[in-house]
Amino acid sequence: MDLNILWFILITILFSGFFFLEGFDYGVGILLPFIAKKDNERRAVINTIGPVWDANEVWMITAGGAMFAAFPHMYATLFSGFYIALIFMLLGLIIRGVAFEFRSKREEPSWRSSWDWAIFIGSLLPALLWGVTIANLMRGVAIEADWNYYGGLLPLLNPYSLLGGLVFLGLFTLHGASFLGIKLEGELKQKAKGFAGKIWIPVVALVVIFLIWTYLSTDILNNPGWDGLIPAILAALTLLTYGWFLRQGKEGLTFISGGLTILMATVMVFSGLFPRLMISTLDPANTLTIYNASSSPYTLRVITIVAAIFLPIILIYQGWTYWIFRKRLSPESSDLHY
Amino acid sequence: MDTVILSRWQFAITTIYHFFFVPVTLGLSTFLAVLETRYVITNDETYKKMVKFWGNIFLINFAIGVVTGIVQEFHFGLNWSEYARFMGDIFGAPLAIEGLMAFFLESTFIGIWIFGWDKISKKTHAAVMWMVAIGSNLSALWILIANSFMQNPVGYAIRNGRAEMTDFWALVGNPNVWYQFPHVLTAGISVGGFLVMAFSAWHLLKKNPHTQDFFRRSMRWAAGFALVGSLLVGLIGHAQGQFLAKNQSMKISAMEGLWETEQPGSFSVVALIDEKNQQNTFDLKIPKALSFLLFNDFSSEVIGIKELQAEAEALYGPGNYIPPVTLSYWSSRTMIGIGLLMILISGLAVLWSRVDGLEKRSWFLKLLIPAGLLPTVAITAGWLVAETGRWPWIVHGLQKIEDAVSPSITAGNIFFSLISFLILYGVLAVVGVSLMLKYGKSDPAAAVEKGE
Ligand code: HDD
Ligand code: HEM
Ligand code: HEM
Repeated sequence: MDLNILWFILITILFSGFFFLEGFDYGVGILLPFIAKKDNERRAVINTIGPVWDANEVWMITAGGAMFAAFPHMYATLFSGFYIALIFMLLGLIIRGVAFEFRSKREEPSWRSSWDWAIFIGSLLPALLWGVTIANLMRGVAIEADWNYYGGLLPLLNPYSLLGGLVFLGLFTLHGASFLGIKLEGELKQKAKGFAGKIWIPVVALVVIFLIWTYLSTDILNNPGWDGLIPAILAALTLLTYGWFLRQGKEGLTFISGGLTILMATVMVFSGLFPRLMISTLDPANTLTIYNASSSPYTLRVITIVAAIFLPIILIYQGWTYWIFRKRLSPESSDLHY
Repeated sequence: MDTVILSRWQFAITTIYHFFFVPVTLGLSTFLAVLETRYVITNDETYKKMVKFWGNIFLINFAIGVVTGIVQEFHFGLNWSEYARFMGDIFGAPLAIEGLMAFFLESTFIGIWIFGWDKISKKTHAAVMWMVAIGSNLSALWILIANSFMQNPVGYAIRNGRAEMTDFWALVGNPNVWYQFPHVLTAGISVGGFLVMAFSAWHLLKKNPHTQDFFRRSMRWAAGFALVGSLLVGLIGHAQGQFLAKNQSMKISAMEGLWETEQPGSFSVVALIDEKNQQNTFDLKIPKALSFLLFNDFSSEVIGIKELQAEAEALYGPGNYIPPVTLSYWSSRTMIGIGLLMILISGLAVLWSRVDGLEKRSWFLKLLIPAGLLPTVAITAGWLVAETGRWPWIVHGLQKIEDAVSPSITAGNIFFSLISFLILYGVLAVVGVSLMLKYGKSDPAAAVEKGE
């Protein structure tokens, strides 16, 4: 296996970590106005992700940084081509990030509810837009011979990609609900689970339609390189077990199922793309691959060594955080900080 | 307006804005780690109160630092995609390493620090703060390694139409890094010190007997911080200037408004610069001083802008290689002037806070409040010198700014993003500053109860 493949896998891992961890973060933010009405309920919900949201977001930042380091042409084409969509995402992430810190800093109800809106929109927008972005990667965009995409925003908002956005939104919301299932106590927990029960069937429907459409109009599920079909089946199966465990009241297993769905979906996307990074719909010669879009072998070697040292350390101390904050929360908890 | 100009405005505004908050994080994280260590050693509850009180301001600032940083991370792809293609092989690595080594560290441990007060032991909690401080400073190191390459490219070869890394350790050992990084770090220390001094002075002026001791002690620590930071930032800056004189002489000559070659070089104190006719209509000069500042002797030749322009044309082909001289000149005088003033102010603050004469001098306390902003002004001026003095290069000698911009974005796109950022950043500034004022002016006892 050469370093280009290794970095393709590492980028997949970083995006998987990002979607898994930020997935429930975004989900919690999206659920906030629906399941918590009173201020101390809202605080309990926000505090479930309080100690970890920033570290989770760094998975995205590092995924972006690693893409820049390993596949600079993908970083360049993607970010400049999807400019307006990404600006909206950034605006969402800005208001969301400060909202966590600022919300509890004043008492006025109007202050707090404004920041609750910021958390909601700031979670919904990135979730949706990542879905749109990933779906466009699966479908391909009109990349020209100079490796730039000149089409602007509108062609990116095609029905297939919008459906992809809704699928992401749905999966993240389910994931957030099951996270709240294992982090909260009492009535709030029941509400989160009730919400998951309500949206589970619609999300399954969305996913099924999306998979069929993907099969018909892209080659992600029958990619001659690596097969996207097996992870797609696994993603669908774990989504079914999510509903099953939810009904059984098995909170831990529900959360794990939802997490696996997201991981498998990410693996499906990337293995379906392999060895391509960004598909050109104009001419296969314009497609960015892990070979023509990559950094030099020397640079890949340098960042491989760094990643090999630091990724395990990161996993250890992030695991430690979840261990420290393993206690369940309720609106009556004394240790609410945000 | 074209996309290059708009992208430059957007980049300049967003980085300068990011860098209002970054130095506060750099300075205060270390400040808090030191105080919390004192708390562990002495078991004195006042130190814990101090950590919590100043921690509130730190966290409000940190949040804005984080969210504005995300914009920076994507900026190179958004607006400077040709730069990303040309430089990705070199530039991406430090950025990725920054994420792996620094951002994960600071963001994970800040969460533990905020929420962990009664979940982990006192000692562990102090160690966690050190992790945050180390993480912040490491992030500064890696991003400055990236920036230093743009100032002084090393360890690369031009291959496949782009700059490729040939020697990672040359990148890390770039001499430019080892001036820039300490200069920025110590600047951060001074920022933290001056900020805490400003709030402490405000409280000391109130003469509230319950809080007097708390803010006297805060003041003493902060004054020490501010003095150490101010002295070092000046000393290192001086060394950096001498390094520049050899490495980016155009930048230095622009900083000095020196059009003609002089031997020995005289230092200009104030000048009226006429960029169009390439001359100074008024110039107050100290003979031989510039040669001494740059080369430690009174006779060396200092090459002027016009001669450097001719040299650059011979080397790189016809074009304009002269940075905005007026801006460079006044930014560098602002930075250096403020630096000297900072040494004076923090020196007096240290002196008087030791001999207990500080509170008798209410004029000085009143002065310390606006002085809290001095380092921030100096820092902005410093970045203006460093970044505009590189003009027209985005990467010195390798790529010009106009060749770096994304071809696929339109002026309308950037108008939209620029205006959105301006509105949002404006709101954030108002909200963030008012929160810092609210918490900075609150009673420490109450703030500690409600805080974090
Ligand atoms: C000398 C220091 C320095 C400089 C020049 C920059 N930053 Fe910065 N940055 C920091 C020092 C820092 C910090 C001290 O580490 C911050 C500020 C507050 C914070 O939370 O971390 C930070 C935050 C921060 C974050 C958020 C990290 C998180 O979520 O925890 C990102 C993604 C960046 N920065 C990226 C950048 C980029 C791409 C820059 C180049 C233009 C840049 N920063 C300039
Ligand atoms: C690694 C860190 C940095 C990198 C890679 C970087 C890179 C750049 C780039 C790409 C530009 C646009 C081209 C240009 O107009 O010159 C620029 C301009 C600028 N940057 Fe930086 N920068 C960094 C850090 C900073 C910081 C922290 C500040 C200050 C807050 C700053 C201040 C500026 C300013 C003021 C400009 C505008 C210069 C101009 O318009 O000519 N930079 N820099
Ligand atoms: C007192 C004497 C000072 C001197 C002689 C000095 C010198 C310099 C020089 C020569 C540069 C340009 C470096 C380059 O372009 O590579 C610079 C940049 C800078 N200065 Fe200063 N400086 C002084 C004080 C300060 C103070 C007080 C601050 C802030 C508190 C400050 C903050 C900065 C920053 C943030 C930069 C840009 C980053 C860098 O290139 O290091 N400086 N300084």
